[in-house]
Amino acid sequence: MSGSSTPAPASLKPWSDVALPALTGISMLAAVVMVFWIVPDEKIQGVVQRIFYFHVHLAWMCFGGFVFVAICSAWYLKTGSPIADRYAEANAEVGLLFTTLMLWTGPLWARPIWGVWWTWDPRLTMTIVLWVIYAAYLMLRRLGEGDETILRYAAVLGIVGVLDIPLLVLAVRLWRGIHPAVMISDDPEAGLRNATMRWAFGISGIGLAFLFTWLVSLRVRFATVDQELAVLAAEREHR
Amino acid sequence: MWAIVRKDLSIERRTGEMLTSLFLLALLVILLFAFSLEPDRLRGPEFVAGLLWTTLLLSGTLTLNRSFVLERELGAWTALALAPVDRGSIYLGKTIANLIFLLTAAVLLLPLIALLLGTNGIAPSPLLPVSIVLGVVGIAAIGTLFSAMASRTRAREILLPLLSFPVLAPLLIGAARTTAAGLAGEELDQIGSWMLLLGGFDVVFLTAGWMAFDYVLED
Repeated sequence: MSGSSTPAPASLKPWSDVALPALTGISMLAAVVMVFWIVPDEKIQGVVQRIFYFHVHLAWMCFGGFVFVAICSAWYLKTGSPIADRYAEANAEVGLLFTTLMLWTGPLWARPIWGVWWTWDPRLTMTIVLWVIYAAYLMLRRLGEGDETILRYAAVLGIVGVLDIPLLVLAVRLWRGIHPAVMISDDPEAGLRNATMRWAFGISGIGLAFLFTWLVSLRVRFATVDQELAVLAAEREHR
Repeated sequence: MWAIVRKDLSIERRTGEMLTSLFLLALLVILLFAFSLEPDRLRGPEFVAGLLWTTLLLSGTLTLNRSFVLERELGAWTALALAPVDRGSIYLGKTIANLIFLLTAAVLLLPLIALLLGTNGIAPSPLLPVSIVLGVVGIAAIGTLFSAMASRTRAREILLPLLSFPVLAPLLIGAARTTAAGLAGEELDQIGSWMLLLGGFDVVFLTAGWMAFDYVLED
């Protein structure tokens, strides 16, 4: 970044400042209303099944976040663009948050249905390993303190992490596949015969997707401002 | 590539510090397991295999941590980066050297663990060496790449296990399972898909490390 950076204009950006927060707010509110007031209870599992309206989408976004981190990492290694690096970091942070939420909502459902908070089911095992990989990625960045070489190393790790996923899927399947888990069925489709339920499922998915995007865009902007601030501070010191 | 292997091995031959400390540490880890987990219950192929891989991973991490310290401290890092050779070969050289250390340790440790924790139900099959080699190659492939990265930070001792253990999770699951099967004298058709998993892991991450080293060594 050159020394002649102009201060960012204070005007609102139509997409990231207006549309995105508005869409997130509306769809999340609609999802909460539908999930807690409108949809009927699932026949077998009862009220706890409602957590699936969030839990399942969180799982997808956890994987999606990983894939985005890898894509942005490859982009960063190719071009060295700071934007790519900020996107990778933002996706990793929001991805870690969503994975944490998934690990939080899962046991809330598992305790009444399976009778245990945790079991070494393939998906659970995989999720907790992915959580640690995300955490390690962010630790590497933290311990590297913004050193440019570390940003490159983080990008390498971002790609290695996504290469690990298929192997991990295979390993946990082979590992626990022989012993059937204590689950009845964690397939959400089984319980979603009702049209209202499907609507709630779709809307909460859209809401969470907007939330993910919005958080990433906020995080990227924060990193950009942080960087500009560092440049300004350095300029002032030189004067 | 072979020059690096020779260099690391001849340093080791003259000082012997890596292998000695690796072996002593591994012995201590085994003792700790025995003290804290009631040795009479730690019997049979599953425990011997599980102990071998946890011990190897824990003590091997320390060895791998040292792997690039000499280069960093003595300024050889820059020399390596400037050397007119393919950086991938530097990675492969380092990986092979580490592989030899880890393999030696594994060969020494396995009979020791089996001896200390009972040999009930152990009837080694030819699959045993295959599973050990495939497992150790994976640890060396990931460990060497991440050790080069971690050696750059101030908290490298913590960072290396933090980075490598989660990525190594599928390998560890597979290595423990195939080693147990190898110890129990099982046949290939019972654990064929496990062997493929281990082989796949090794190929994927050796290739990834070889390609990524271009970016790691660039200073």
